[in-house]
Amino acid sequence: MSWVNYLIYAFLAVNITFNLLGSIALHRFPDVYTRLHGATKCTTFGTIFAVFAVAAHALYQLHVTGDAKYLQMTLHSFVALIALLLTNPVGAHAIAKAAHLSGYKPAKAVIDAYEEKLGGGKE
Amino acid sequence: MPFIVAFVFAYILWLVLTAGTNGLLWSSQELIAGLIFAGIIGYATKDIVGEKSTRFLNPIRWLEWIAYAPVLFWGMVKANFHVAWLVITGRIRPGIVRVPVDLEEDAQYTILGNSITLTPGTLTIDACPEEKALYVHWIDIPKGMEKPESSEPVSGPFEKWARRLGK
Repeated sequence: MSWVNYLIYAFLAVNITFNLLGSIALHRFPDVYTRLHGATKCTTFGTIFAVFAVAAHALYQLHVTGDAKYLQMTLHSFVALIALLLTNPVGAHAIAKAAHLSGYKPAKAVIDAYEEKLGGGKE
Repeated sequence: MPFIVAFVFAYILWLVLTAGTNGLLWSSQELIAGLIFAGIIGYATKDIVGEKSTRFLNPIRWLEWIAYAPVLFWGMVKANFHVAWLVITGRIRPGIVRVPVDLEEDAQYTILGNSITLTPGTLTIDACPEEKALYVHWIDIPKGMEKPESSEPVSGPFEKWARRLGK
C-alpha cells in the first residue's frame, strides 16, 4: 500500500460526503430552486473528486506499469470532467428558468426580482 | 477563419481522446483520420461559430483560462462548505436577486452565469444583456443584500475574470 492509495481514499471520501449532502439537501430544502442547489452543485463538486481519484489511480498505474491505456484513462476522465462543468450549469439554469416561467414561485423567498421583471413586462 | 477555429478545437479534442495509440503518443493513422474528421467538423460548423470566435485562438487567452481554473475551484470549495452547513442546519433565506453587471459580449455573460451557477448557493436563472443584469437565485441572502449594487457580494472576483476571458 503506497501513499497514492490513501490519496485516492481521501478523494473518494470527499466525493461520497458531498454526494450524500446533495441527496440530503433534496429532502431538507423546501422548493425546486433550493433543491436544485443541492442536487446539481454538491454532486458536481463530489464528482470532481471522483475524477481526481480516477486520475490519481491511473497516473500511478502509468508510473508503475508504463501501459498507455492508463494515460487514456486519465485524459478521458478529464474530458468527462470538462463536459460536466460545461453542461451542468446550463442544465440547472434551464430547469430553474422553466420552473419560474411555468409559475412555480420560490418558497419562503424574501425577494423575487425576476417576478417583478416578468410582471412589469406583461402589463 | 471560423473554419480554422473549429478545426483547431476539434483536432485538439481528437488528439486528447486518441493519445496513447502508439506508445504514449499517436499512431499516424489516428493523426490522418483526425485531420479528416476535424476538417469535416470545421466545414460543417463554420457558420455557427462565427467570425468573432477567432479571439479564442489567442494562446494568452488559453493561459488565462488555466489561471482561472484554481480561482473557480477555490470559489467552489468555499461555497460548498457554506452550502453543506446550510444543508445540515436548514437555516436558509432564499430569494431571486437582480445583479447589475458591466459586461458587453455574450461570451462574458455565459462565463459569468456559468461560474455563478457552478459555485453553490447561487444559481443564474436568466441573463438579460439588454438591461445589463443577471437574475440569480441566492439560497442564503445576507440581511440588507436584497438589492445588490454590483456582482461583488454574489460572485466575488468572477465578474473581473469573465470580462477578461470573454473579451
